[in-house]
Amino acid sequence: MRKLLSALLLAMVACGGSQATATSTTVVTTAAPATTEASGFPVTVETAIGPLTIAERPEAIVSLAPVATEMLAAVGALEQVIAVDDQSNYPTNVPVTDLSGFNPNIEAIASYQPDLVVISNDIDNMVASLQSLDIPVLLLPAAVTMDDVYTEIELLGIVTGHASEAEDLTEQMANEIESLVSDIEPPAEPVTYYHEIDPLLFSVTSTTFIGSIYSLFGMENIADAADPDGLGYPQLSAEHIIESDPDFIFLADTGFALQTPETVAARPGWAGMTAVTSGRVIPLDDDVASRWGPRVVDFVRAVAEAVALQPVG
Amino acid sequence: MIVSPPLARGVRPAPLALGFVALALAGLAGIALGPARLPVGEVLTALVDRFPAVTADHSLTSRQLDILWQLRLPRVALGACVGATLSVCGAAYQGVFRNPLVDPYLLGVAAGAGLGATLAFAAGGAALVPLAAFVGASGAVVLTYAIGNRLGDRANTSLILAGVAVASFLTAAQTFVQQRSSDDLRVVYSWILGRLGGGWNDVRLVLPYIAISAIVILLHRRLLDVLAVGDSEAQSLGVPVRRVRLLVVIAATLGTAAAVAVSGLIGFVGIIVPHTVRLLAGPSNRSTLPLSILFGAAFMVAADLAARTLLAPAELPIGVVTAFFGAPFFLSLLRRKG
Repeated sequence: MRKLLSALLLAMVACGGSQATATSTTVVTTAAPATTEASGFPVTVETAIGPLTIAERPEAIVSLAPVATEMLAAVGALEQVIAVDDQSNYPTNVPVTDLSGFNPNIEAIASYQPDLVVISNDIDNMVASLQSLDIPVLLLPAAVTMDDVYTEIELLGIVTGHASEAEDLTEQMANEIESLVSDIEPPAEPVTYYHEIDPLLFSVTSTTFIGSIYSLFGMENIADAADPDGLGYPQLSAEHIIESDPDFIFLADTGFALQTPETVAARPGWAGMTAVTSGRVIPLDDDVASRWGPRVVDFVRAVAEAVALQPVG
Repeated sequence: MIVSPPLARGVRPAPLALGFVALALAGLAGIALGPARLPVGEVLTALVDRFPAVTADHSLTSRQLDILWQLRLPRVALGACVGATLSVCGAAYQGVFRNPLVDPYLLGVAAGAGLGATLAFAAGGAALVPLAAFVGASGAVVLTYAIGNRLGDRANTSLILAGVAVASFLTAAQTFVQQRSSDDLRVVYSWILGRLGGGWNDVRLVLPYIAISAIVILLHRRLLDVLAVGDSEAQSLGVPVRRVRLLVVIAATLGTAAAVAVSGLIGFVGIIVPHTVRLLAGPSNRSTLPLSILFGAAFMVAADLAARTLLAPAELPIGVVTAFFGAPFFLSLLRRKG
């Protein structure tokens, strides 16, 4: 369950300035410049932190981010991965180690002799440290839009030698999301929702990546009012949530925080809420609802199914 | 045991009345105001309606009544309980150790509670956090007391030093656990900053502990005044110094641990409220202890009102409010009196 941290990372990106995000959205994949070799290597790509050149197809990849691990698996590069961090839990057949992306130990990372390290957050100047050891680092910062997700997956495909699989994957994701969204009738009245990321009532606004998924369905976020500065992750007061009486409550804290529709109904003052009385408290997989990887499609599907099963009004 | 004289001999009526007025005003404001814009007049009417044998018509919807009865009222009640407890326990610790800088977290309560809560979060038992915090807080003080008593006869200094050492050790352990389970970082952090959101359940949970704690402390208020002249002098006046100190420390620990268990670590209250009360009404424990209960409750209810409304509909951690507004207020009071 890395949801909280992913959220924090997203928050960092959100407030850490548009610079990082702008770079990541405009990643130009100048793939395989002067070679016509079958392998496609060497390859130079433009990343969030500048150009990255990979000389040969990497065969000893270390992933220090669960979302990167999911992307690597989805583009078919898993057999080149020799180690993933302690938070990577999907898919289940990944080589989990004690390595940490949050308290990175450069020596421990280097001891795997990786030819590519993939991270989602440059904690403790990891990039500079690894580069000084001549270890190539690919930074995949928290996505802000679906395009960021596709760009990151395609980038990962190019540097691992799975460019076409990555393209197929992003195309398939885009198609699935489009069909999931188009299958849902746009609501006549605006449908409101509250997305909970922990039981202390931290939420996301519609400016975040998570919020943008709900916006696909034209849903309105009750947390927006609580975030005038656009930081994206306000802590709401229970009074505001109950007074707003959202049509849907989505729980992205079902993992370690063990929240369920029943625990929500048992909270003081929540039992009479429309979402509670009409069965529209929707438990989500914390990881699926917080990682900007290939399983975003599952997140979109969960939201679509909720909306379709429980028409409002 | 020596029986204390009646309350009136310690507390002058003017500060006492001021305390009741402050608590009443803070309580009413806490009930009437909040992020949900309930019409104040209707809220007051609904309150009156609640009194037995009184009927008053109000136009609040059932959802608004839920907000009023299940969120606001218990929050005000919990704030009053927690504020009163932290303040009276802080005052008791300051009296028993004759040290104005002591706060209720002195003997490792905060560190122990933090470790307990972190362990509970890390083990995936968020529901066990209050219990774990309570056990951690009391365990830390037992440890401090065991070490402090072994260190030397003059329990005063050695106990405080033992508390510092135990607190550092437990904080290190907490940080280690936190680093091992990075998932829970923010939840633990939020918990440490404090919040009063548990509803009537939390009020029911803490009430017995803090009632016992406050009663035991209040019963010792006169002995604490005698203790202020020094251990050996108090001993020669017939005060069983060690027993008094132990009883008061146990009571203050029980109260603090219970408060921490439901509200997290709300800082500064246990120092500024007793000192403010002393500036208002003199240094005697006989007046400081009861007045700390009233002013502590009022201060916390007001601080929580600020936490709920300043950024509404977003919320501020109450620990931020108590320190941010409490510290300058206290300093200005010091300057004016000094």
